[in-house]
Amino acid sequence: MAASKPMTFSRRSFLKSSALASGGMIIGFNLFNACKADVKPPVDLSQLNYNDFNAFIKISEEGKVTIFSPNPEIGQGVKTSMPMLIAEELDVAWEDVYVQQGKLDTENYKRQVAGGSQSIRYSWEPLRQTGATAKQMLVNAAAARWGVDASECSVSEGVITNANGETLGYGDVVAEAAILEVPEEVTLKDPKDFKIIGKGKGNVDIDKIITGKPLFGLDYKEEGMLYACVLRPPAFGQVLESFDAEAAKALPGVVDVITIGQKIRDYRAQGKSNWTMAMSDTDKVVVIGKTTWDAMKGKKAIKASWKTETPLESTETHNQALLDLLNGNTFNTRRKDGNVKNAFANADKIIERVYEAPFLPHNTMEPMNFFANVTPEKVHLVGPTQTPEAAANVVADLLGRDIKDIQVEMTRMGGGFGRRLYDDFVYEAVEISNTIKKPIKMVSSREDDMTTGVYRPSTKYKIAASIKDGKLTGYHLKEACVNGNMYGLIPNFFPAGAIANYQVDTVSYKSNITTGAWRAPYTNFLASAEQSFFDELAEALGMDRVQLHMDLLDNVKQNPEANIEYSPDRLQAVLKLAVEKSNWGNTEEGVYQGLSVYYCHNSHVAEVADITMENGIPNVKRVTCAVDCGIVVNPLGAMNQAKGGVIDGIGHALYSDFGFNNGVPQSNNFNTYQLIRMGQTPKVDVHFIENNIDPTGLGEPTLPPIGAAVANAIYKATGKRLTKQPYMSNMNVENSVVG
Amino acid sequence: MPKFNLKINNTSYAIEADSDMPLLWVLRDKINLVGTKFGCGIGQCGACTVHVNGNATRSCLLQVSQAEGMNITTIEGLSEHGDHPVQQAWKEVDVPQCGYCQAGQIMTASAFLNTNSSPSDSEIRDAMHGNICRCAAYNSIQEAVKLASKK
Ligand code: FES
Ligand code: FES
Repeated sequence: MAASKPMTFSRRSFLKSSALASGGMIIGFNLFNACKADVKPPVDLSQLNYNDFNAFIKISEEGKVTIFSPNPEIGQGVKTSMPMLIAEELDVAWEDVYVQQGKLDTENYKRQVAGGSQSIRYSWEPLRQTGATAKQMLVNAAAARWGVDASECSVSEGVITNANGETLGYGDVVAEAAILEVPEEVTLKDPKDFKIIGKGKGNVDIDKIITGKPLFGLDYKEEGMLYACVLRPPAFGQVLESFDAEAAKALPGVVDVITIGQKIRDYRAQGKSNWTMAMSDTDKVVVIGKTTWDAMKGKKAIKASWKTETPLESTETHNQALLDLLNGNTFNTRRKDGNVKNAFANADKIIERVYEAPFLPHNTMEPMNFFANVTPEKVHLVGPTQTPEAAANVVADLLGRDIKDIQVEMTRMGGGFGRRLYDDFVYEAVEISNTIKKPIKMVSSREDDMTTGVYRPSTKYKIAASIKDGKLTGYHLKEACVNGNMYGLIPNFFPAGAIANYQVDTVSYKSNITTGAWRAPYTNFLASAEQSFFDELAEALGMDRVQLHMDLLDNVKQNPEANIEYSPDRLQAVLKLAVEKSNWGNTEEGVYQGLSVYYCHNSHVAEVADITMENGIPNVKRVTCAVDCGIVVNPLGAMNQAKGGVIDGIGHALYSDFGFNNGVPQSNNFNTYQLIRMGQTPKVDVHFIENNIDPTGLGEPTLPPIGAAVANAIYKATGKRLTKQPYMSNMNVENSVVG
Repeated sequence: MPKFNLKINNTSYAIEADSDMPLLWVLRDKINLVGTKFGCGIGQCGACTVHVNGNATRSCLLQVSQAEGMNITTIEGLSEHGDHPVQQAWKEVDVPQCGYCQAGQIMTASAFLNTNSSPSDSEIRDAMHGNICRCAAYNSIQEAVKLASKK
């Protein structure tokens, strides 16, 4: 056996066990909070208390293991991969594990959020410790029964064997194990002994998905539930003036027509705010119907008039405003190394480009919806949200209720991409149910969903580089973005640390359009801009593109004050792997390649796009993607995530466009808004770097680099530098300045 | 309210509904067959695909009055035990990410394979072009349709 890693953790840290009245053992654990000294896991399954423990493992007397998994599932596979971590260290056969979605802990749970590709990263050790601890208790129980030392026992797939070859199943000793002390120290497996982690495991909900069982928020139903559709202002900047509901009320399927908005205004009037409340507080008209269709039909029959409260914005307004900001001098400096000004003053040559990207809606396949039932006893909420804890807290405030009254259940989510981090639809549902005192489900149509979104903000970058004596001497990136800017550590991503004179400046344009996180916030376009720029830079320097990166990353290694977020070694390794696997530089006639390498969300990625040109239109044929995200917990799920990120990135870089005219979104459904479809997709080959580094994010990092890989390939094919997304709409535009 | 007799998954249903109510919402809200999904309501995404007399059809565009007398199959009725070759292939390839679009994808693929049992890659790509997968599981979908065609 390999040298394993003993881990010590305080007994009060996060684990408690007890015997179940029905037989078997339950282990409650809290991933991110110490349990209070006196809390006990329940003895009755119906009493699972997610306030003290946010997840449970149940081991029955038959040896079956049920994992009540805490994290919301949005398609990133954590409902499969997180239980895999427990099962690995518990040493049970994956086939014997049953996974159930846990409920929300409204009080103690810190990270029941699916976002930022962080679920696996934070739970990697605690979940494994949990599994290992349970295993140790079972082994201790068996050893006590045999009168031998626990260290003489071994375990395989839920069966404990002692030195004499006698065996006991987990189920045989579970009752004794349940009353043992929780051990303070357990040994985690050496990664090379993993049997479950690193082996492809299918989606745990696969049978339900392929047979159409109710799983999603939109599928949720309760006795007596009505459906609600909300008529919101057609333009950002407008509010409700008056409405006529007579025709709607005359429809046989329409139960009621009400307005909502007061609760949100009251909340804000108290000076409260919460980032998940990405919504206007104007009055909205709500049609309550017997079916979704009745409510939708009723909504169409409402005659409403709207008045303009704040200026109505258009895409031209945004474009001009952002360009003016880029050319102005009202920036916040986010990072400054050396002296960019001097470097530019002394340069032989300066290259400068502006890169532009539009707003984007999330367009999750399942439109926003939520169930709410507000009663004097409790507030019952069910549906797809990525931030149940924040939602529960805000709802308690909105209704003036005790947080203990708020019960949130998460359903499987038909996509997230950041949209369900915001809970505007939860708050609407709650206000509706509170007003009519009935259980309701608020359902958005696709048009509602697309036109009242929380959009990826429109952004422009101006990137400039100075060259002196054939060397890159300075790099200056300026960002102008609607409602906010790149945050936190992004200025320390590559190429920070690689260039002596380096500066990142940002400036924001305040808009009345709601904006927010969208899969790989900021980097989703920043990577496109920077990695396109580096292609051009390599050309200007007369250098091979790969060599330029290798050299710059070597610089970083020599720079003791680099102050960076990424690992130059790991970036070099993915770059080499992508170059090798893509056959970089040795393509067939008519195939053009573009390269991009990027670090974000704690993972390192390099991508090569192979394209052909057909009647002047680029066709992405193949993408080679090299990823270093540490240990790959579930290769099957990881492969899906990585490929999905690449294709999603191509779709949005090439095809998807979203603009406004006098506050009104210019697309409202898939006939005018283009999402990538199968005929436009390349074959994606993903290669993971094999190492034993703790796992990092995978839901996002393959998306940002791909836009540039495609743009760089198009340049090779056509000689045109594409700088404005979506590229397909801007194939003929060149907005660059080369000096 | 008018009444309609529908034959869905070999079961007869007498449904009271507005005659313009799309089959999609009859299935979901009246009969409680929620496997058929709502994505766009205008025939653009394919999430609501069912079989009508064996043909892949957008249930969001088919009014209940037009569906009378037709043989309707939804994802719930595609096979008795969830083991239609397309479902098997979907499981083997582990296609779904969020899973929301997949019922529609499976219904489109199964109807297509009835008309073309050994399709080429480009025929598969054409046949599946009308079904959007926002999670972009397209590589896996293509692979699974191919695999199903060999079953
Ligand atoms: S919901 Fe019918 S095609 Fe989109
Ligand atoms: S799997 Fe999410 S939309 Fe297709």
